[in-house]
Amino acid sequence: MSFLIGQQMTGGYGAADILHDCTIGVDKGEIAVIVGPNGAGKSTAMKAVFGMLPLRHGQVLFDGEDVTLLKPEERVLKGMGFVPQTHNVFISLSVEENLEMGAFIRQDDIRDSIAQVYDLFPILKEKRKQPAGQLSGGQRQQVAVGRALMTHPKVLMLDEPTAGVSPIVMDELFDRILEIARLDVAILMVEQNAKQALEIADKGYVLVQGRNRFTDSGEALLANSEVRRAFLGG
Amino acid sequence: MIDVINAAALLGNFLVIPGLTYGSQLALGALGVTLVYSVLRFSNFAHGETMAFGAMLTILVTWGLQALGVSIQPLPTALLALPFGIIGTIAFTLLIDRSVYAYHRQRKASPVVFLIVSIGVMFVMGGLIRFIIGPNDQIFFDGARFIISARDFKRMTGLEEGLAIRMTQAVTILTAIVIVILLFWFLNHTRTGKSMRAYSDNENLALLSGINPQRVVMITWILVATLATIAGTLYGLDKSFKPFVYMQLLLPIFASAIVGGVGNPLGAIAGGYVIAFSELILTFAYKKVIQYLTPDGIEIESLMQILGTDYKIAVSFIILVIVLVVRPTGLFQGKTL
Ligand SMILES: Nc1ncnc2c1ncn2[C@@H]1O[C@H](COP(=O)(O)OP(=O)(O)O)[C@@H](O)[C@H]1O
Ligand SMILES: [Mg+2]
Repeated sequence: MSFLIGQQMTGGYGAADILHDCTIGVDKGEIAVIVGPNGAGKSTAMKAVFGMLPLRHGQVLFDGEDVTLLKPEERVLKGMGFVPQTHNVFISLSVEENLEMGAFIRQDDIRDSIAQVYDLFPILKEKRKQPAGQLSGGQRQQVAVGRALMTHPKVLMLDEPTAGVSPIVMDELFDRILEIARLDVAILMVEQNAKQALEIADKGYVLVQGRNRFTDSGEALLANSEVRRAFLGG
Repeated sequence: MIDVINAAALLGNFLVIPGLTYGSQLALGALGVTLVYSVLRFSNFAHGETMAFGAMLTILVTWGLQALGVSIQPLPTALLALPFGIIGTIAFTLLIDRSVYAYHRQRKASPVVFLIVSIGVMFVMGGLIRFIIGPNDQIFFDGARFIISARDFKRMTGLEEGLAIRMTQAVTILTAIVIVILLFWFLNHTRTGKSMRAYSDNENLALLSGINPQRVVMITWILVATLATIAGTLYGLDKSFKPFVYMQLLLPIFASAIVGGVGNPLGAIAGGYVIAFSELILTFAYKKVIQYLTPDGIEIESLMQILGTDYKIAVSFIILVIVLVVRPTGLFQGKTL
């Protein structure tokens, strides 16, 4: 049983189901990566795990507790953090205000947490007074991740954190994500750059049309010739 | 030289000070419209009536205080009554939200539905106001009329033209400055204010961050009711209180908000002064000013007025149309606080 697991999830946005009996999970200190073609339901699966989508079947367990019926903000309180694929920063708020809003549910002193985020992403400290909307794509993603880290989540869910950034920035972001995982945070992430992501993944899920197609360790998926041919471009 | 100073005093008396006063009233009104637009995401047509409602409550309390003999000479008693008017208007606004808007919010109704509902609220409030205080002019101003009267000014300076500053004008401008500073401080430096800006920027992410939308909505209405009551009372003190005038004020107020860029509070303030000064500059009779500035003996037949004062309300309408055609985003862009 994984630390966080969405089990046999079935559901969608309206009448039609997008997810069919889909299962994804991750353990502490582990990186789990979801890959698959566009429209496969990767983002939908993430939203389902975070409670932003009603499930018709299946359940979500977190730290041994059934959280299926909890609202997203209640899951934040339990120790889950989520960086959505799009619109994941407050563009008109400064970098620092974004971090403050990430910690909105906390009542204690948040200065240490802000300092930690600045240690992880030094560029954000330089730009802390700037509106997040004025930053480059890579810097914005750092703000987005930083915002989610402000509650010290036990599990961090990232939907395409490297979308639209240069390869150098991507490597840099992956390094930071590995660093976060080393703090015993479980990381569940969706990635377009499937090859690079599976290289740092402990566990990989290949989703197709809302269903689990392949589930294995990152290494094994990279070695699987069928996966390589169909999803990793040879 | 003395003629130039006389011309300046004349312009100051009839253009600059009235413009700053009227602009401050519009700016406070437009701020309320902009807050509703950027947080609740609809154009609130009931805002003019909310101003009238707040002013009405303040007037009723003012009369009560006057009857009790309470006064804060030389300041108008209405300032003392204002907090009561604000509290009553907040309560009424929250009641309307609970009983009317909350239902449509729950159903995630479109902004057009909200707009139409707000027109309904406008008519109901308008009726209620006329029912309580009647449709007529109400005078509730007391205290000293002038800080500097034209006669004093002339005696002090020896000029031919007087630059008068009425008490209501000074009170309006100063109150507007204080309120705007407080509002911006609240939005930019308090946790609650920042959470309002965050909600207005990105509702979904605000929910993910644990910001309670009900609380944000409530605080927005509290701010809107406060701004509306202050704007309505200041306008009533300066001109006079007449319910139907507030409905007419809706046009220049919306024009101010749109000229500045709807949803942007700085824009609302700038827009208020742009509209106020445009109205005054275009309808001012420049005859006397020109007489001061030209050599003696030149006869000027006309009033030297660009538009008759009857067209005052048309000015904001024309500016509104021009802005919507040429630069729909307004002076300052953005739909967020
Ligand atoms: N908000 C939404 N409402 C309705 N359908 C949606 C919504 N978001 C995504 N979909 C549909 O769900 C399917 C899966 O989308 P998504 O989960 O975003 O795919 P992926 O992230 O794998 O690219 C697509 O067919 C998409 O059109
Ligand atoms: Mg996606």
